[in-house]
Amino acid sequence: MTTHKMTLNMGPQHPSTHGVLRLVLELDGETITACEPHIGYLHRGIEKLAESKTYHQFLPITDRLDYIAAPSNNLAYCLAVEKLAGLEVPKRASYIRMIIAELTRIASHLVWLGTHALDIGAYTVFLYTFRERELILDIFESYCGARLTTTCFRIGGVPYTIDDGLKKQIADFIKIFPKKIEEYEGLLTKNPIWLNRTQNIGIIPKDTAISYGLTGPTLRGSGIDRDIRKVNPYSCYDEVEFVVPKGRGIGDVYDRYLVRLDEMRESVKIITQALERLPDGEILADCPKVIPPKKERVKTEIAALIHHFHIMTEGFELPKGEAFLSIEAPKGELGFYIVSDGGNKPARLRIRTPSFANLSCISEIGKGVMIADMVAIIGSLDIVLGEIDR
Amino acid sequence: MKEYLWVAFFLLVGIAFCLGGFIFNWFIRSNKPSESKLSTYECGEKPVGSAWIQYDVKYYLYGLLFLIFDVEIVFIIPWATIFKGSATVTALFVEMVIFIVILLVGLIYAGKKGALQWR
Amino acid sequence: MELLYNTERLVEIIGDFLQSCKGYGIPEWVLTLGGGVVVAVIIAGFIAVNTLILVLAERKVSAFIQDRLGPMRVGPWGCLQTVADALKLLQKEDITPKKADRLIFFLSPIIVFAPAVMAYVAISWSPKIRVADINLGLLYIFATGSLGTLGIILAGWSSANKWSLLGGMRSAAQIISYEVALILSVIGVIMLSGSLNLENLISCQKDCWYIVYQPLGFLLFLVSAIAETNRAPFDIVEAEQELVGGFHTEYSAMKFAMFFLGEYASVFIASALCATLFLGGWQPVPGLPAVVPPIIWFLAKCYLIVFIIMWIRWTYPRIRVDQLMGFSWKFLIPLGFLNIGLTGFIMAIRG
Repeated sequence: MTTHKMTLNMGPQHPSTHGVLRLVLELDGETITACEPHIGYLHRGIEKLAESKTYHQFLPITDRLDYIAAPSNNLAYCLAVEKLAGLEVPKRASYIRMIIAELTRIASHLVWLGTHALDIGAYTVFLYTFRERELILDIFESYCGARLTTTCFRIGGVPYTIDDGLKKQIADFIKIFPKKIEEYEGLLTKNPIWLNRTQNIGIIPKDTAISYGLTGPTLRGSGIDRDIRKVNPYSCYDEVEFVVPKGRGIGDVYDRYLVRLDEMRESVKIITQALERLPDGEILADCPKVIPPKKERVKTEIAALIHHFHIMTEGFELPKGEAFLSIEAPKGELGFYIVSDGGNKPARLRIRTPSFANLSCISEIGKGVMIADMVAIIGSLDIVLGEIDR
Repeated sequence: MKEYLWVAFFLLVGIAFCLGGFIFNWFIRSNKPSESKLSTYECGEKPVGSAWIQYDVKYYLYGLLFLIFDVEIVFIIPWATIFKGSATVTALFVEMVIFIVILLVGLIYAGKKGALQWR
Repeated sequence: MELLYNTERLVEIIGDFLQSCKGYGIPEWVLTLGGGVVVAVIIAGFIAVNTLILVLAERKVSAFIQDRLGPMRVGPWGCLQTVADALKLLQKEDITPKKADRLIFFLSPIIVFAPAVMAYVAISWSPKIRVADINLGLLYIFATGSLGTLGIILAGWSSANKWSLLGGMRSAAQIISYEVALILSVIGVIMLSGSLNLENLISCQKDCWYIVYQPLGFLLFLVSAIAETNRAPFDIVEAEQELVGGFHTEYSAMKFAMFFLGEYASVFIASALCATLFLGGWQPVPGLPAVVPPIIWFLAKCYLIVFIIMWIRWTYPRIRVDQLMGFSWKFLIPLGFLNIGLTGFIMAIRG
């Protein structure tokens, strides 16, 4: 009897393609013989949009890249602009950025864990993780008023400080969170069905991981402990102690799961240290050319008002040149490349997003697996389509 | 036999229940079919090819094993019903052990030949 | 009040009433048919109401497990939520895709639902309450259970949708794995009682429930029954994260509702069977005085099993289809044979 292969669209409207990813699968029964990702359903032209916005105006748009880890995008963009402008950020601001960025990492990993477990059919973990993520979003709300698209940093520093109330809120969360990780692990880590569904599935060998340019937990799951926070520290990450987890070294779905769980624990450590050492001082750089005057002065002094108006409408000019800066976002290496022609808007802005590179390996590792495994693999890569399509 | 009349009657009840639901639904539903509403769902894209193709289900050998074992169970059930209180319990037991061992050897053989795997 | 409490007496009164009707010159066949219709309405009503209760229970149990409230808005404590859902489904537009095989697409919800209704014939609710005393009750319920799967396969095929087709074929994979394990797991019980009749099975457990003699058999039965009724972690047939909606992707309105009713009806049948075979059916715990009516005992045991099935659903991830088949053939079926051997061995030694 002759059998035929079946071509099947998985996505864009599919519960476990994490947004609008479309995979064209060639199926031999349940086994996938070829898999081709199609992207672009969420393309908004963010890179082109940057060319018509002043440096300040573009900041809120970066929230829409990886929308479940908005502060990380803000941080990468601010750092890149600061590098081009040669701005020195006050230490207190750097620490606040570090705390918020690590909270973001936990929030992002919580969403990943919940949806990944949901894809494999463990419904309950999903609601547990979202319960804790809610606490982090509450912290963001206390900090800047927004929960999802936060825009919580500014070029040259941070707009708000962490006061004692917020400090306590963060400390309370950090205190209960390790126990919650145990709770998730209790449901999954040694569960035989979970092990069957994740171990030795979607193996990414070391050299494949490097050749596809994978970064972040996806890379570290393959046993390479490369972390931008260690390799090229930014925002005072060199002043705190933490370990870069790298899993068992097999590179399967389970390894990536272990790495992300350990990363959440490390983030807790970083936040604890940063809260203890949070230095006093200014939270915005002393650079009137870039940073608008304080609101109180704007209301009382005519010069400050004009100054404020000028920065808000015209923005500021950056010297001719280019800068690339990347950070360790929750999903991997997030880099901003900015070219300035001396004007108040970027001449060209390019974003190196981790999800895009991480997704690229799917045609290779998705060959020969079953549909159910494909779902597990997509989940383990932790992609966000807002970031891939830009 | 009266009991089995009930079975037949309940088959009709089940069908009538469904039809009743469908008919009730037919009276009060809205009905505005459109081209895209009536199209086959394939994640929002146009379906590629037909769904009615012959494809490899991979568990063909399991199907054969299932047939064999389901038939064997037909032999086990009558044996099980007379087992209790039988005068020759030991002999019955030895007989069934031989029967089951043969079955298990068959299962192990099938496993060794790789029939218990998706290929 | 006394009558509500003493359900046995209620059945007798209805019987007496029908008998007395004969005196008024009403022909025999009218009475028989009338009685049948009354029974049918009661059972159909029970299936519908029970499904509403089970869906609500499912949502409340999952909410309890997941540290949230569940439905709270419709009615006090959200208890009318499923009624509202059912009403919504009743008035939904019924869509048959253009490419589907219309006849089979129409028939398959019936093929799923009707056998589930048929299974209720053999259930023994209390000493006097049952539809019919079927001699081969156990085999009969297994037979109706497998018929329903046929409907799922047909639904998957007739939708002309690749996701549905995959779901339907997975259903076939599931039935050929768990049918054998399911029947093997109850052979021990049949050996102990020497009967396939549910009445006899229950009366044999007067002194000691079979779960004591057959703990392995009970576990095997529970696992296989969960698989047979397509519940998580074996819900690969409709696995929404993998196959979108599985076999019912293209179904809507009442046709979809029938699959739902059929699923919960068979979940209840599976737990009723479990309670009958291993937990002594409608009998109270041995040694306890029979204060509570037997039907309450029976329902309590059923809902306990249903709760366990829900508990498992909301705790475990989903197993993959090839692992599912491997699990059955390499683990459950050998264990089922082991259980038969052990039971036989002990019975042979003790005479």
